[in-house]
Amino acid sequence: MSWGESMLWIVAPYITIVIFVGGLIWRYRYDKFGWTTRSSQLYESRLLRVASPLFHYALLFVIVGHITGLLIPRNWMEAIGVSNHAYHVNALTWGGIAGLATLVAVGLLIYRRRTVGPVFLATTNNDKTMYAVLALAILSGVVTTVAGFVPSEVSYRTTVAPWFRGVLILQPDVTAMAHASGLYKVHTLIGMVLIVLFPFSRLVHALSAPLGYLFRPYIVYRRRPR
Amino acid sequence: MRIMAQIAMVMNLDKCIGCHTCSVTCKQTWTNRPGVEYVWFNNVETRPGQGYPRRYEDQDRWRGGWTLNRKGKLELRAGGRLRKLLTIFANPIMPSIQDYYEPWTYDYENLTNAPLSSDIPVAPPRSLISGEPTKISWSANWDDSLGGDPSPDPVLAQVSDQVKLSFEEAFMFYLPRICEHCLNPSCVASCPSGALYKREEDGIVLVDQDRCRGWRMCVTGCPYKKMYFNHKTGKAEKCTFCYPRVEVGLPTVCSETCVGRLRYLGVLLYDADRVSAAASVPDERDLYEAQLDVFIDPDDPAVASADLPPDWVEAARRSPVYQLIKKYRIALPLHPEYRTLPMVWYVPPLSPVVDALAGTGHDGEDAVNLFAAIEALRIPVGYLAELFTAGDPAPVNTALRRLAAMRSYMRAVNLGEPHPVPPDAGLSEDELRDMYRLLALARYDERYVIPTAYGNPPGVVEEGVCSLDYDGGPGMQQPFGEASGRPVPVSIENFHGLKERQTSDEITHDRVNLLNWDGRGTPAGLFPPRRKKS
Repeated sequence: MSWGESMLWIVAPYITIVIFVGGLIWRYRYDKFGWTTRSSQLYESRLLRVASPLFHYALLFVIVGHITGLLIPRNWMEAIGVSNHAYHVNALTWGGIAGLATLVAVGLLIYRRRTVGPVFLATTNNDKTMYAVLALAILSGVVTTVAGFVPSEVSYRTTVAPWFRGVLILQPDVTAMAHASGLYKVHTLIGMVLIVLFPFSRLVHALSAPLGYLFRPYIVYRRRPR
Repeated sequence: MRIMAQIAMVMNLDKCIGCHTCSVTCKQTWTNRPGVEYVWFNNVETRPGQGYPRRYEDQDRWRGGWTLNRKGKLELRAGGRLRKLLTIFANPIMPSIQDYYEPWTYDYENLTNAPLSSDIPVAPPRSLISGEPTKISWSANWDDSLGGDPSPDPVLAQVSDQVKLSFEEAFMFYLPRICEHCLNPSCVASCPSGALYKREEDGIVLVDQDRCRGWRMCVTGCPYKKMYFNHKTGKAEKCTFCYPRVEVGLPTVCSETCVGRLRYLGVLLYDADRVSAAASVPDERDLYEAQLDVFIDPDDPAVASADLPPDWVEAARRSPVYQLIKKYRIALPLHPEYRTLPMVWYVPPLSPVVDALAGTGHDGEDAVNLFAAIEALRIPVGYLAELFTAGDPAPVNTALRRLAAMRSYMRAVNLGEPHPVPPDAGLSEDELRDMYRLLALARYDERYVIPTAYGNPPGVVEEGVCSLDYDGGPGMQQPFGEASGRPVPVSIENFHGLKERQTSDEITHDRVNLLNWDGRGTPAGLFPPRRKKS
């Protein structure tokens, strides 16, 4: 285990987690007013109405894919009768479709952001950085999915996934990660950058998905404390 | 029965001259900031006309307000909770900036920078949205005084085609609009974040800027299109009913500055338990009566046992709004068919009828003539009914007849006729005189009967604690600079500002001209100097 590897796969993920959690707490405490989607629909809605739902729905699939791929160990899957081959066929089909849809949608969104004057004017440097990292993360993700076309014994199921689960239980498995192919490493690193950016960019709006709306009464009353 | 209080408003349209003073003072107070250039919490529309945003009353297109489903239950016209969440990534029905208008400024620099030429330099318009040169082609009052084509007016479309032309020639009036602060607000129901709320104490509907996440569903939900999206902050904003002023017993800015003195503010008591039932009566034309039934007579014995502060009950008894709405029945709600139970009501205009009469050489102040004209000029009544009573002409007729009766009776009185007989409009002589007093003579404290904020003695307003050194408050050191952290609650800022103004003799040297302030940063003198903590 080289110094560089332990920096990348032991130190960096924990720094990422600390910044992510700490950043969210800071942002929530000190910037509730800035916590918003900062929608640009008022300026332009034709492109947005196609690209934004496509992006978000596809992203939801991508997230589900990441959870299944990273959190559920291979032998658990095999225990319920999902062979490695069947898993990869599924992962490639659904992950490929969702990934490509996300990539197309983010492309459309960036195109819209750049070409529609008012939308571009409302784009901050923060947004630009975020979009660049997000697009790279999606692009590298799609490439790794396609590269996983040939199921092999050294896919992410035996490398990235055990390392990721190890990080979560405070026993990061650097050796497993070291065997992963370069593509996966790049995708993982970009992912960490994205997670670091998350609390400080407009991405935070994802955490306010208003599921409570389904359960609250329609009319909200408030009374000043007496 | 659960009795709640609301500060409501009535506007007497007979007196509105369409001067836009209310709009301008409101804008200077609330929406002179970047991001809300296109926003008018108060706007004055010419009727017939398209309105602002254009054709906002066309609910087949904009889908605002409530509707009854097949089972007769209330549901949001734009779709229920699940549908809202599924379409949250791009609101499918939201007006674009072009439906309001593209706000602009002028390139004034060109006046001084233009090279020497035989032509006088001009300040060309620049869009405040794109920053590009723009051609001004619409605004919030572009069709002022029938200056534009009124035929796209959705309300006009309800009145039959035959009468349109004569109507446009004969009839025009102004309609000032603010947020209706509804009893059954569809904007509040549409907010996925639960950031919009109705205050229990005074019924004012506000946006919690800290909880708003900019999903924009309220813009669709409000049938009056009085919810606005601030495109700089990414949050919803709306008319606040000038709550910092109302809390200390002052009228809203639009009321205070109205040159026609046509606005009335007062307390209305209502039964909160009957709101949903009233909003879901099957026939749209019954909504006006149903809403009247929700209001509670302040002299009802149940009021005394309700949990209301005594000064609020007292204010409710003196409420000019209650008298205009329920006692005289001359004020009517705007578009009750949206089923939101709006709380800004209007006295319909009689003047166009009087003008039409006078134009034909008749005596326009004579009750017999006026009564006949109200019946004969069915077009104005039909149009007003589409605006105020979901198309039912009867309440509009009653209101106009009462106004006509008052006019003719008071003329007889003022001309010194020995025994003036009140025309038959369902009101006694005393009632006509009281109504005349309220409509024509009422002074400031009769037009605005506003109790101070719940449980507070007059002049003192508290938001939790009246101190600046609470956790994260401006009395504390800010860890991330001046702009980070929670803003000072408005009432605290307001209270200290008022106190400062009233108690200090000297004029501070750091004075700031708010007319020149664009909302960016805090110029010196904007707030009173900080006192050192002792």
